Amino acid sequence: MDAKFEFLCRMGDSTLILGHRISEWCGKAPVLEEDIALPNIALDLIGQTQMWLAYAAEVEGAGHTADDLAMRRDVWDFRNLLLVERPNGDFAQTMTRQFLFDAWHLPMLQALTTSSDKRIAEIAAKAVKEATYHYEKSSEMVVALGDGTEESHARMQSALDLLWPFAGEAFVSDTVDHEMAATSVAPTPETLWDDYEASVKDILSRATLTLPKARFAHKGGKSGTMHSEHLGHLLTQMQWLQRAYPDARW
Amino acid sequence: MTKSRTEWPLWEIFIRGQHGMSHRHVGSLHAQDADAAVRNARDVYTRRNEGVSIWVVPSASITASDPDAKGALYEPSHSKVYRHPTFFDIPDDVGHM
Repeated sequence: MDAKFEFLCRMGDSTLILGHRISEWCGKAPVLEEDIALPNIALDLIGQTQMWLAYAAEVEGAGHTADDLAMRRDVWDFRNLLLVERPNGDFAQTMTRQFLFDAWHLPMLQALTTSSDKRIAEIAAKAVKEATYHYEKSSEMVVALGDGTEESHARMQSALDLLWPFAGEAFVSDTVDHEMAATSVAPTPETLWDDYEASVKDILSRATLTLPKARFAHKGGKSGTMHSEHLGHLLTQMQWLQRAYPDARW
Repeated sequence: MTKSRTEWPLWEIFIRGQHGMSHRHVGSLHAQDADAAVRNARDVYTRRNEGVSIWVVPSASITASDPDAKGALYEPSHSKVYRHPTFFDIPDDVGHM
């Protein structure tokens, strides 16, 4: 499998799956303001997905489109981080998941703006503005809820305890990452860790939340070897129309 | 930690458009603090490219005129149409005003 294709699917699948997850809040978010803000973020992420997967399809060279990759692949072909396929849970879990993702996504995109692959640099340059806003919003929400009421603090701490083991996957490199780093297409994932940990700790201390001690990190999402059961359920909903009515359009 | 409240405070939102000279009131929304109100206003009121600048003001800080005092406040000006500058002939040289 072509390493660049794999890498592009990892970027595009993570934004696609997280975008779909956030869109599940549409119409039932806890307040009107969030009901608009969350789908805005979902649309940003799905817009980024279109760019990543369109390029992935070109690199693959098998005549597929971005839509084919998004709607016609099954669980084992997806390369998203395990973090983003976690169910929405309560609002605290959604915001914590978003924050842990954004805190990686933003510096990753910043690094990709200097990629040796011009197309990747261009996609990153466009996406980084959106990711900057996502990070600002989710990190301030983590502070507001963590340092909020007794109930919001308790919910945020348990969300963090639940989701922290999924944060590490993005920083563990494999052969695909090595090849991308060797050709200066993308940074080595581990090099982003120190800044990530520092920014997460900074926000969590403002939020009066405690980072779990354990460093264990679930793996298997970005390699596609071990997705959780949640991804299949998500795909049945996201892909049902193209599966029930192949090639349907409006 | 703050005491539990069921609603975030209300904020009045003012947006200045691309070519607008001044901020205009566009509506109100809830947010936990002023910065969050700016972010929410960005999401709720500028998603179709409506603005380049946002002001937020706590609704509680606005002092409004009394609706019951309409007569005393506004009716006296009804009979003073001469306050409109429409009784002057504008020389053509002045152009559009």
